[in-house]
Amino acid sequence: MTSSRVLHSMSYDEQRIAELLRLLPPAPVGLVRAAQELPAARAAIDEIVARAEADADLRARLVADLERALQAEGYDPAPAVVRALRELLDAQ
Amino acid sequence: MAAVASDAELVARCRGGDHDAWCELVERFSRYVYAIATQAFRLSAHEAEDVFQDVFMRAYEHLDRLRSDEALRPWIGQLTRRLCIDRLRTGGRESPAEADTLEAIGGAEETLAQLDDALTVQVALSELDENCRQILDRFFTRDESYKTIGDALGLPPGTIASRISRCLGKLRGLLEGRE
Repeated sequence: MTSSRVLHSMSYDEQRIAELLRLLPPAPVGLVRAAQELPAARAAIDEIVARAEADADLRARLVADLERALQAEGYDPAPAVVRALRELLDAQ
Repeated sequence: MAAVASDAELVARCRGGDHDAWCELVERFSRYVYAIATQAFRLSAHEAEDVFQDVFMRAYEHLDRLRSDEALRPWIGQLTRRLCIDRLRTGGRESPAEADTLEAIGGAEETLAQLDDALTVQVALSELDENCRQILDRFFTRDESYKTIGDALGLPPGTIASRISRCLGKLRGLLEGRE
């Protein structure tokens, strides 16, 4: 059954509304915040990749120990950044 | 009532590099995405976190490819489902059992329909005044007691029950007005 059909047949009595409200508790705050910071993370990723392409030594350090190399270069090794970078470095 | 940007407006602002719009978009869909992963597909917290970040990373990167700005909601829903299924099939489980995966996918359908309805209610909730929004969200989704809600909002705990009822009535009116 599609959502619109469910909605069409759904009577919005208050008990039903309460049940639906309970279905969507907040996602973990840290996760939401990290997702909201993705644009900045994306910019950092692009910058690091560009630098790694131009600097073989940096690339080697990133491949050897990504988190440590990021910290040494002044970047925040946020999980989303680390994961995306690892995929990019592995793919190269 | 609070003025709430439509999905299409949010997408347009995000494309223009508006960081506040991106934050609002994440806030609007965060519960839905996380609930699909944890409730519909029953991923572990760790797996759900990976899917959650992946969904928003891809959404951010591919927002330009959205055919219609109004299609944001089904697009995010579909993206989340696909990544959950990928995770079930290949997500580092030691012995991915195809039968279990298929069962999980099949069993998810009913929950997904419920979560779609729940998101509709959440969006309507965001259009209520701040006071009602806080009371209903704290009571129903954060499971806070009357006392906690009263303390947080500076209201006598004895009035919370009647306010919940009144705010539910407002929310119902808003939802019925959409049918």
